[in-house]
Amino acid sequence: MLNIRKGGMQTAVQDLGRTGFQRYGIIASGVMDPFAHRVANLLAGNAETSPTLEIALSGPVIEFEADHFIAICGGDLSPLLDGQPLPMWRGHFVQRGSVLSFGEPKRGARSYLAVAGSFDVPPVMDSHSTYLRAGIGGFEGRALKNGDVLKTLPLPAGRLEALKNQNAQAPDWLIPPVPYHEQPIVRMMPGRQFTLFNEESRSRIFEKTFTVSASSDRMGYRLEGAELALEKQEELISEAVAFGSVQVPADGNPIVLLADRQTTGGYPKIGQVAAVDLPLISQLKPGESLKFRHISVNDAQQLYIEQEQQIRQLKIAIHLKREE
Amino acid sequence: MVFTFSPLSEQALVIETGTNINKESEQAVRKLAAILEKEAPDWLIEFIPAFTTVTVFYDPCRLKQAEVERELHLLIAQLDDVEAPAPRKIEIPVCYGGEFGPDLSFVAEHNGLTEEEVVKIHTSGIYSVHMIGFAPGFPFIGGMSEKIAAPRRKSPRLRIPERTVGIAGMQTGVYPIETPGGWQLIGRTPLRLFIPEQNIPSLLRAGDEIRFTQIDEAEYHEQEAKRDAEHS
Repeated sequence: MLNIRKGGMQTAVQDLGRTGFQRYGIIASGVMDPFAHRVANLLAGNAETSPTLEIALSGPVIEFEADHFIAICGGDLSPLLDGQPLPMWRGHFVQRGSVLSFGEPKRGARSYLAVAGSFDVPPVMDSHSTYLRAGIGGFEGRALKNGDVLKTLPLPAGRLEALKNQNAQAPDWLIPPVPYHEQPIVRMMPGRQFTLFNEESRSRIFEKTFTVSASSDRMGYRLEGAELALEKQEELISEAVAFGSVQVPADGNPIVLLADRQTTGGYPKIGQVAAVDLPLISQLKPGESLKFRHISVNDAQQLYIEQEQQIRQLKIAIHLKREE
Repeated sequence: MVFTFSPLSEQALVIETGTNINKESEQAVRKLAAILEKEAPDWLIEFIPAFTTVTVFYDPCRLKQAEVERELHLLIAQLDDVEAPAPRKIEIPVCYGGEFGPDLSFVAEHNGLTEEEVVKIHTSGIYSVHMIGFAPGFPFIGGMSEKIAAPRRKSPRLRIPERTVGIAGMQTGVYPIETPGGWQLIGRTPLRLFIPEQNIPSLLRAGDEIRFTQIDEAEYHEQEAKRDAEHS
């Protein structure tokens, strides 16, 4: 059980998203950085699909009401356990009464806290994700606030002891490093309406540096840096969008659609961020910037498959280690 | 019927049933959706039908794009044997103008009409729901008169209250939940379009036939109170 002493800026239960309901217009939601979420779950001994806590920028203060085994991955928001720096990207046994807090955000914007056994929240439309705008899913459909009590599911007998004994050992598996960066190069496929943009816009999108504007959130990041325009202004027929679709409204500033994106959109899409590079965008703070680099659909598919293989290997390595 | 395929991402493929919104392209979308729902092939993660497209999401670790296209061709070959579900008739009461419809005056001015004329035209049409998308239970509705068409806002609003009725180009629709968006806002309905506690969480479905009726503010509040009492 976790006592939330302070909710933080925006701490909410998320999983890999609400799948299968987008045809009714239900937003997928889910984590902004699926890679960090999945690794945190694996390190805590959970299924990749289990809910984690997504912690944004200014983190919460959490008191553990019982012994737990946890892992924190993602952006470095300076996690502290009882005031001492807590290494990320590995599992930790935490004793009852310990307090987890966060210092200054160092790199990235979002951390993921996984707790062995995972959180006991009711699924809504087959998902534990919090869809904040609709007030559904996760913990009472909202971000955590001071005084909340977040329950965890019980672990099988002996499981916590086994995880605890392993705690002292250095992990001997390799986590593929995520190049979180203040000014990342983000690979992008040409979007469905790429050829409708004028020539200048088609080159600017891959040349200019774009800055994340202040009015950016889990739904999408508004970018500033170059105004983009269609060859000839026209109203388009709305169609599906995806995590990482880069659409351009009439004001010319591109918007990268993220976890809480709408299911369909009527603005032209100049690009589509490669899935493996989505965490690079999701971990940017307003004011930070990025550049796009062209990638083909085939290459993006290949990178996706390679990353899935890496995660599978990590999963096997952790499993073997724990069977020893 | 000719379908074209193009990628939305490395995990999603768009099937285009036509380049214009018309009966044929919409029927094809409805049939494709019906067949995907019925067959539920195991490579399919989910799909999003729209006006003239159905987008399928898949796992590239299982199938590459070319293989998904091949699977889709097999399903499309069965399309002639599929029937699209029959339309339902639904009435949507709307309180027009005032604080519920701050852009009613813009829509009137843009078309050289009075606000009353805009309402009269909006309530006299028989509309059909082309697709559900963008937001939970959000219907894209066709059949609106050209006389009240209005362009989208240049920059989307950050906040539009739930159940607001809007116009964008030749389209009209209702926002089921608070959301950002670029539509011109003309009124509000007391009906809930997003019902998360139901199995199918959307009041409306693609293919539904709907009419808008005008109600005043008193009726609006009465219906809203009645609705809340039923749900508590």
